[in-house]
Amino acid sequence: MTTTTTTGTTADELLLPVPDGDGAPFWEYAAQGELRIQACAAPTCGKLRFPPRPCCPHCRSFDSEWRLMSGRGRIWSYVQPHPPLLPAYAAQAPYNVILVELADAPQIRLVGNLVTSADAPLDSMDPARLRIGARVQVVFTETGGMAVPRWVLEKS
Amino acid sequence: MAATLKDATAIVGIGQTAFAKQLPQSEKELACRAILAALDDAGIDPSEVDAFSSYTMEETDEVEVAKAIGAGDVTFFSKIGYGGGGSCATVGHLAAAVATGQASVGVAWRSRKRGSGPRPWKNTAVQLPTPGQWTRPFGLLRPADEIGMLARRYMHEYGATRDHLFNVAMACRNRANENPAAMMYERPLTREMYMTARMISDPLCLFDNCLETDGALACVIVSAERARDCRQKPVYVHSVAQGLPSQHHGMVNYWNDDPLSGPAWTAARHLWKQADFGPQDVDVAQIYDAFTPLIPLSLEGYGFCGRGEGASFTEGGALEIGGRLPINTGGGGLSEAYVHGFNLINEGVKQLRGISTAQVPDAATCLVTAGEGVPTSAILLRA
Repeated sequence: MTTTTTTGTTADELLLPVPDGDGAPFWEYAAQGELRIQACAAPTCGKLRFPPRPCCPHCRSFDSEWRLMSGRGRIWSYVQPHPPLLPAYAAQAPYNVILVELADAPQIRLVGNLVTSADAPLDSMDPARLRIGARVQVVFTETGGMAVPRWVLEKS
Repeated sequence: MAATLKDATAIVGIGQTAFAKQLPQSEKELACRAILAALDDAGIDPSEVDAFSSYTMEETDEVEVAKAIGAGDVTFFSKIGYGGGGSCATVGHLAAAVATGQASVGVAWRSRKRGSGPRPWKNTAVQLPTPGQWTRPFGLLRPADEIGMLARRYMHEYGATRDHLFNVAMACRNRANENPAAMMYERPLTREMYMTARMISDPLCLFDNCLETDGALACVIVSAERARDCRQKPVYVHSVAQGLPSQHHGMVNYWNDDPLSGPAWTAARHLWKQADFGPQDVDVAQIYDAFTPLIPLSLEGYGFCGRGEGASFTEGGALEIGGRLPINTGGGGLSEAYVHGFNLINEGVKQLRGISTAQVPDAATCLVTAGEGVPTSAILLRA
């Protein structure tokens, strides 16, 4: 496991995830510093799925488990939002939003931010370093009582 | 043999209000004005209306509209979800209702004060539960951000450039410059303006985004038989389709095998299967353009070119009048008005009546599409 958890970050008024029943385990594992993705628990299937949902679209089993990921991925795409934005985001704009394709599961893509370290601001990364295909790894920042995944460039 | 919708119904009336950044009337009043204008255009008394269809995001409901315009007994009403994905399905639902005898005079409409009203994305509270938990906290806040993500990947994968997106913005603006009703009438766009414009969600700049508009539009659908007795030349509803592809996720279509193949592909397969003609026979198209990248994606989805060829399709004036496929001849959402794509329906009707301000000579077939990137809909119209 290549993830790290940092605690004590002050809430910066960015939006916090509001988990639903299907998604709650993701955030509970995140709080433990683990990136886990829902998978079908039927012995003959086992396919990963995201976002979480009640049953498997491949075999329709309602049995699921949460599989530990390595936390490594590649940037599939990214945008750099500029105002008008919600105030807390406008304060850090332009920042980046990246879409990470997980190394362990290429069809699982997570929306996130590329930052210089777990607790760095959303605009901390030099935009020139944003590149489709760049290798990244997950870190978690604690804010508002939740652990939110962020991404840093993978150390080579 | 099952009933067919093919040419069984026709659009016989269209109506619209003024389009502006700010109009004094309420959405309800604008809706009523557009609907009454459409009925007057058709020569049908409002008391004969017995079917309504609009978007789930339409805030004036059919009860209010029916009461206000003095409709008779209404026997069919429906609402279509997914914002701009619903536009063409309003016509499709009414065509199905009329063709199967559930109603005889249908009115579809959309009224919206997006220019002077609040921006939907500012209400983050309602967006934060699923699926917003996977996107909003990371600052993917607005539709432009969500589509910008697909646009960047599309550009990376197929060598599309900002010049290609400019071709789209320019074609729409050129048509708006010919349309006195358009918000961008007499307001030309240049390449320099485009390339130096402020970014909204890089790679999308100001001119890659649709307008913010107050306004309303409506159209009237009756059986093909009845259409012959109406005031205007009928425009037949030749084929209709909705599209919700396997494993699709609205706006953030990131979680399936192929995010760049959106709902357009699903709608197109059904649309063409029901039609007597194919993409090569389309004289003019009105393609949903909340954002410029939706045009190349839709050109591919609806079969005007191959996968990855949508951007290069825009080269050499292909989308302009006289080009390979003139699009959005009233100016579209980018330059006429952004009323969730309903102006594209009415513009399609104008083309097939021969009265567009940017008329394609002898246009006899028109594709109209709804929002790509969300569960969508499309119609093929025939003169």
